[in-house]
Amino acid sequence: MSHFKLILIALGTLALAGCPATSTIPDPEPTDSMPSDSSSADTDGYGNDGLRDGEFIDYDSGELPNIIYFDFDSSEVRSEDTDIVSRHAMQLANNPSARVRLEGHADERGSREYNIGLGERRAQAVRRLLLIQGAGTAQISTVSFGEERPQAEGSNEAAYALNRRVEIKYTN
Amino acid sequence: MKVRIFGLAIVLLAGLASAVNAQVVIDIIDGEVRRTPVAVVPFGWQGQGATAPLDVADVISGDLYRSGRFDPKPESDMLQKPTSGEDVDFDDWTILGIEAVVVGSVVQTGDNDYTVQFQLFDPFRQEQLVGYRMPATRGTLRRVAHRAADMIYEKLTGIKGVFATQVAYVSAQKRGNGSLYRLVVADYDGENEHVIMESTDPIMSPAWSPDSRRLAYVSFEGNRSSIYVQQLRTGNRIKASSEPGINGAPSFSPDGRKLVVTLGGIDGNLDIYTLDLTTKQKTRLTTHRAIDTEGSWSPDGRYIYFTSDRSGGPQVYRVPSEGGTAERVTFEGSYNARPRLSPDGKKLAVLHNDRGNFRIGIMDLARKDLLILSTGSQDESPSFAPNSEILIYATRAGGNGVLETVSADGLIRQRRSSGQADVREPVWSPFPRY
Repeated sequence: MSHFKLILIALGTLALAGCPATSTIPDPEPTDSMPSDSSSADTDGYGNDGLRDGEFIDYDSGELPNIIYFDFDSSEVRSEDTDIVSRHAMQLANNPSARVRLEGHADERGSREYNIGLGERRAQAVRRLLLIQGAGTAQISTVSFGEERPQAEGSNEAAYALNRRVEIKYTN
Repeated sequence: MKVRIFGLAIVLLAGLASAVNAQVVIDIIDGEVRRTPVAVVPFGWQGQGATAPLDVADVISGDLYRSGRFDPKPESDMLQKPTSGEDVDFDDWTILGIEAVVVGSVVQTGDNDYTVQFQLFDPFRQEQLVGYRMPATRGTLRRVAHRAADMIYEKLTGIKGVFATQVAYVSAQKRGNGSLYRLVVADYDGENEHVIMESTDPIMSPAWSPDSRRLAYVSFEGNRSSIYVQQLRTGNRIKASSEPGINGAPSFSPDGRKLVVTLGGIDGNLDIYTLDLTTKQKTRLTTHRAIDTEGSWSPDGRYIYFTSDRSGGPQVYRVPSEGGTAERVTFEGSYNARPRLSPDGKKLAVLHNDRGNFRIGIMDLARKDLLILSTGSQDESPSFAPNSEILIYATRAGGNGVLETVSADGLIRQRRSSGQADVREPVWSPFPRY
């Protein structure tokens, strides 16, 4: 299991490094609420897999993005973002006391209550990935704000792309 | 409870500035209907002070103007200004082509007691169409004036007036990094704005109880969605639903005893439930894996219309309110959501994707044809007036949400806005109870 995770991390990080889209990801939320010891248990196991230098695993430094963006009319986590989710899953799996709230969002087009549904679908997509990768049900809650809390103002594709998102917020 | 009254200038495109003095900006943007020329003569006044506490004729005139069907003449055009029926010289009005004349007076009968009386005449037939006398206080004068306008409007058009109704809506105002959300109740013309709830977390989906005394809504206080039902008079509220996951889209049953709500649960499968407000019992009406939401009762109470994307995109379905099989209602186009039935049960308003533009559509349930009523690209939240003849909805202008009304035949469209905040989700109240 941990081997599988590491491959995901490695692949994902490579994809991230070469992907200009990540530069549009804004600063994550203040990370002071993240558990500070989140990585300690994980790094213990790395030596066995020959990834001892593991510098790229930076989720402990507060740089792990906590916003996942989605394509139009989609609730599928983009392949280049799966590693971000994996690293959050690992963080949760290794810190049973950690809790996250997944906040789903939609762009402003269409009906507000239906958009609540679309935001929830995105939050659930992230939730399922977290659960598959070791996070516990009790660690995750979801809320959908639909189009009510846009990250970017404006009625254009650039704003819509930033607003179709799930924010991963650590609550303890 | 906070009370704020906006004092904003009126913008009138039809050159009526002297006759109307309302507080909301109202642009007549479409008027394919001929406006009937009418006159509302300034009301007489007997009481303390030089003028009555409220210009009743001005309120009536504004109502008739905003209906889109009447052209109230300015005072400066009037050849006489009678304040009671016996002083009306019909020739003075027929020569101007005026087809209806309203005269009346306000009489102070006590410290805070008034009598408002009015008479409506057809000068061509030289007859009184209606006359009425109503008691009032300073606090109720405006409502009494709206009620007079309702009676005049109904006499002239055969349609019940909605001038004494209210509209609830949500406004959002930028504040710091976030927004301040307000749930507002105002007279249909934008007067008497009352903020009934205020929060830094989003407020959504207000819904009137059939007796107009309560509003249900969704609030995200504490970063979770809950459904509240709030008494307007007292401001007291109950938390009607606060399950894990989504609690959304409340709408009252015609008898006011139940809500239809959307619950998502921990796994986020949105389904339609009814919630008995007395017993708190929830009854699940849909179980599909798709998004099922935005339930709304048919006026006869038999069905719940809702949005579901079980066929791919969102379409309108209905299910018997006591449970049963859901059947699809809309087929035209790839996106039909937020169904609302007209109070007469004959029409269905939806949010329709019209070649990339989200617009308000109205479907005649007998003929099944869809008529697009609005012209924006981000229109949403249609809500019928209680007379089934007008709808209010939200559209976008200058980056802000503003409200528009449109007649159900699409011929008269008007924009109204308080001009300050981003306004959305208007819902029209039922008829007031006198």
